[in-house]
Amino acid sequence: MPDFLLNALLAGLALALVAGPLGSFVVWRRMAYFGDTLSHAALLGVALGLMLDVSPTLAVTVGCVLLAALLVTLQSRQPLASDTLLGILAHSTLSLGLVVLSFMREVRIDLMGYLFGDLLAVGPSDLAWILAGSALVLLLLMLLWRPLLAITVHEELAKVEGLPVAAIRLSLMLLIAVVIAVAMKIVGVLLITSLLIIPAAAAQRHARTPEQMAFGASLLGILAVCGGLSLSWFQDTPAGPSIVVSAASLFLLSFAWPRRTA
Amino acid sequence: MSDALIRLDGVGVSFAGQNVLHDVQLSVKPGEIVTLIGPNGAGKTTLVRAVLGLLKTDVGLVWRKPKLRIGYMPQKLHVDATLPLSVLRFLRLVPGVDRRSAQAALAEVGAEQVIDSPLQSISGGELQRVLLARALLREPELLVLDEPVQGVDVAGQAELYRLITRLRDRHGCGVLMVSHDLHLVMSTTDQVVCLNRHVCCSGHPEQVSFDPAFVELFGQDAKSLAIYHHHHDHDHDLHGSVVTDKPHEHGPDCKHA
Repeated sequence: MPDFLLNALLAGLALALVAGPLGSFVVWRRMAYFGDTLSHAALLGVALGLMLDVSPTLAVTVGCVLLAALLVTLQSRQPLASDTLLGILAHSTLSLGLVVLSFMREVRIDLMGYLFGDLLAVGPSDLAWILAGSALVLLLLMLLWRPLLAITVHEELAKVEGLPVAAIRLSLMLLIAVVIAVAMKIVGVLLITSLLIIPAAAAQRHARTPEQMAFGASLLGILAVCGGLSLSWFQDTPAGPSIVVSAASLFLLSFAWPRRTA
Repeated sequence: MSDALIRLDGVGVSFAGQNVLHDVQLSVKPGEIVTLIGPNGAGKTTLVRAVLGLLKTDVGLVWRKPKLRIGYMPQKLHVDATLPLSVLRFLRLVPGVDRRSAQAALAEVGAEQVIDSPLQSISGGELQRVLLARALLREPELLVLDEPVQGVDVAGQAELYRLITRLRDRHGCGVLMVSHDLHLVMSTTDQVVCLNRHVCCSGHPEQVSFDPAFVELFGQDAKSLAIYHHHHDHDHDLHGSVVTDKPHEHGPDCKHA
């Protein structure tokens, strides 16, 4: 197997593994639009990273964290609904990112690569970032699993029972931000949320515990990455969109599978 | 009152310039059932949230016994339909709970049959019992129940209140609850606090039901409702007054007009 394909496969599998449990929380807590907003803002992070000459991955992570903080502040200060705020932030940050990029005529960047991913161009240093980021997120998810479930079920009950609800909620946002920074290279900012929610949604129908849904989502994500990469390799299709298409096919297939009866 | 579990002194809360609570005094002692009653918008839930520490009060003192273990039963629980969660897993979100202790708690509230059911599939009455079981699993010194009988039929309501009394007797915990059901609550409670943004009156149920402030708030009919246990054959309006559209049939120990 050529090196670039091996790198692509390892990066994709690492992402699919963390996207399963994290995506399940995105589905349970109805944060799909939140994920979308963070990923749109990631492009602004890239632009600022290039401008300030820091690593794009770092810039994107920091950018997403700042955006999450801004969102929480806005939510508590004024009456506009969350989806309105998210819509404003998503599109204005994406546009601002594109505008900032256009000012930097001396840097030649592959905009399509950032928007739709460039999995086959993942190099050894990218791979190291992706593996480290995924491992970190997976570890934190395991440590925070029970508190995260508790605040998903009922935040006030969790608070009365002594959990630091605000801190746990913030860490979930941070974890999503890290995964988006990591996933940008793989599927691009416009497609990241799909990797979080499609496998989780496909696993949901057949899961009877939260853990079954999380593992099932990881497994389906892994299948989607393998399927998408094969399609890309044999039919010369773009890798990121191919992965999303194969995830969506698995989602449709999950309806054909008879649901287990209790 | 050094033996109290919680004590509120001169507590006031306002939202957007509107006074929701004003100069509220409240205390709950171990083994005591304190019931908050009052019309809609009287600030009952706000007061409960202040007791729980979910809400910052603008003025006054909220004192809790150090390291007070609170078992809280929220007014409603909405779990997203996509989250596959059995009743057992829900109870096990409390640290240190295993299947056996979960089963024991469910048996105590009379809901052991739902232990393996998905949380979203059980009935409203079963859910109330499961929530109560979760509050008990914390081995609470204080049980805080926000409208514990919501969505339960009348016969079930009386049974739930009796259950709460039994749990108080067995665990010796203090109970603070919010209720709309004057007549059912009055028979099982030690102290009634009648709230309408401030404490209108408080004391033993008999005492409160003859208090002019209580009568003014709930109407003349409530006086008789409050002290006798009887079966329901009428409805209440939003303020707890009786709405009769058919002749009321008196029970054997019913003495009112």
